[in-house]
Amino acid sequence: MAKGIWVFAEHSDGSVRKVTFEILSEARKIADKIGEELCAVIAGNQVEALAEKCAPYGADKVYVVENEALSQYTTEGYAKALTDLVKEHQPSILLGGATVTGKDLFPRVAARLETGLAVDCTDIGLDDSNQFFVKRPMYAGKAYAEVGFSDATPKMASIRPNVLIPSEPDESRKAEVIKVATEISAGDIKAKVVEVVKTAGEQVDLTEAEVIVAGGRGMKGPENFKIIEELAEVLDATVGASRAAVDAGWKLQSDQVGQTGKVVSPNLYIACGISGAIQHFAGMGTSKCIVAINKDPEAVIFGKCDYGICDDLLKVIPKLTEEIKKLKAE
Amino acid sequence: MNIIVCMKQVPDTEAQIRVKPDGSGIVDGDIKFVMNPYDEYGVEEALLLKEKFGGTVTIVCLGPERAVEAIRTGLAMGADKAVHLDDPAFEGGDAFSTAKALAAAIKGMECDLIFCGKQAIDDDLAQVGSALAEMLGIPQVVVVTKVEVSEDTKKANVNRQIIGGEEIIEVPLPAVLTAQKGLNEPRYASLPGIMKAKKKEVKSVKVADLGLDSSAVGAAGAKTKIIKMYSPPQREAGKIIEGETAEETAPKLAKLLREEAKAI
Repeated sequence: MAKGIWVFAEHSDGSVRKVTFEILSEARKIADKIGEELCAVIAGNQVEALAEKCAPYGADKVYVVENEALSQYTTEGYAKALTDLVKEHQPSILLGGATVTGKDLFPRVAARLETGLAVDCTDIGLDDSNQFFVKRPMYAGKAYAEVGFSDATPKMASIRPNVLIPSEPDESRKAEVIKVATEISAGDIKAKVVEVVKTAGEQVDLTEAEVIVAGGRGMKGPENFKIIEELAEVLDATVGASRAAVDAGWKLQSDQVGQTGKVVSPNLYIACGISGAIQHFAGMGTSKCIVAINKDPEAVIFGKCDYGICDDLLKVIPKLTEEIKKLKAE
Repeated sequence: MNIIVCMKQVPDTEAQIRVKPDGSGIVDGDIKFVMNPYDEYGVEEALLLKEKFGGTVTIVCLGPERAVEAIRTGLAMGADKAVHLDDPAFEGGDAFSTAKALAAAIKGMECDLIFCGKQAIDDDLAQVGSALAEMLGIPQVVVVTKVEVSEDTKKANVNRQIIGGEEIIEVPLPAVLTAQKGLNEPRYASLPGIMKAKKKEVKSVKVADLGLDSSAVGAAGAKTKIIKMYSPPQREAGKIIEGETAEETAPKLAKLLREEAKAI
């Protein structure tokens, strides 16, 4: 019988990503309730040192899958490594982040394992009879669903970053590290990465940002995004944009927040010159604190934000930057 | 090139979504349905490739009778023909059982490339394309923003959005590519296009035509099941910071963000 809760651990630039800790923390509670082991899986090349980072968040075991062919992410390489391991050990639940990698990898793996996958979940848990279920947005967050699974295993779910809360790491916890060989031949990887083009600076990606400052039509032009960038800098925030600002050519499409852009869930979302259309809210409605700065008192965003300033953003934003700088210096 | 575009009909992005009181679904009586916006990018890219290389563009759509409208939109844009999986047995599926039906329909067709939208904006499953690729045993590249097919149409260089940029992936064809906004600007259907579309073939396909058992598709073949739907908690209107000038309001906001919201 399938047993064990697994978390596919993501890493970049030599560290385990926060979303993995978020998932491990929540999965630990489920593992305790149903009395199963919690295991992390780390795949890559020379990644063994990262294994111990998973223990403080609750992993009992860490499978380390190392292979030179895994040094760069490819769908086919990683799908083979993960499905082979799952077939061998038969976990009951397999979780991962709804990240760029997770959104590519998990659907492929689920189809290969002929099992169910719920993507972009905002909560995971057990029902009254200890059956695993998830909560996830549909219609870009205009509705939510509780989703259950058939008997096929592992039951798979990818979880939106920044939604689950990581537990306090317990540094005294240790995990058993198990190195796994994987056989990947050159023929297994048909779609090959030939080039990586960087378009953004060192900013955290919007989908994982803790703070976002976003600009919309009310910014009036691309030149005014400078004040948004300055505010973002003092807040260590990532800059986003509404569809109107992207369609006007002021910002890149990869900066767009909303139903046809990115879905974000930061602690703080500062919307500047954004009216708050239903499609925009679909992309940022789960932000913990929403601030609106807009000249139009009728803007719908004022009905749905935590704090609002109804004034000229060209005056308010620089002043806010200055005030926050002062507070941070205290 | 013979190109297939998988297409779904979905509520317009403007639509207000209301959940039925019993949580069994949404109230869809007054909703305007359109072609999934991400599928439009797929149709457009297929048409651009057809203009360059020749061949055909075929729309494959799983959905109820009303989905014919979205199919006609695709045909009016310039697609040559369509296959409509319109058996009630296909309904209520998840990504797995939907991909299963699509794969069975596509298997017998000549095909050099398949486009899907990166996700349908109704259930937001974002996995039918990958599952389809797996079932057909061909590679996938998801969330693509640029496609360059080689002169011999045997492979493509494809840009895909990743964190902080894009990667360029060389993929042998046939493959499944899922379209992201930015791939192109979908054309509008012209009046002659709309007239022509009325005469184009839309082939209706039932479960039995695919050699599948109805237990393998739709709700019966699904691996996940919606237990119930509910409306998201409504956010309440917050504090509008009072003050005549930015000199008054900005310091108040900064203080609230630090002391009350603990957000900075």
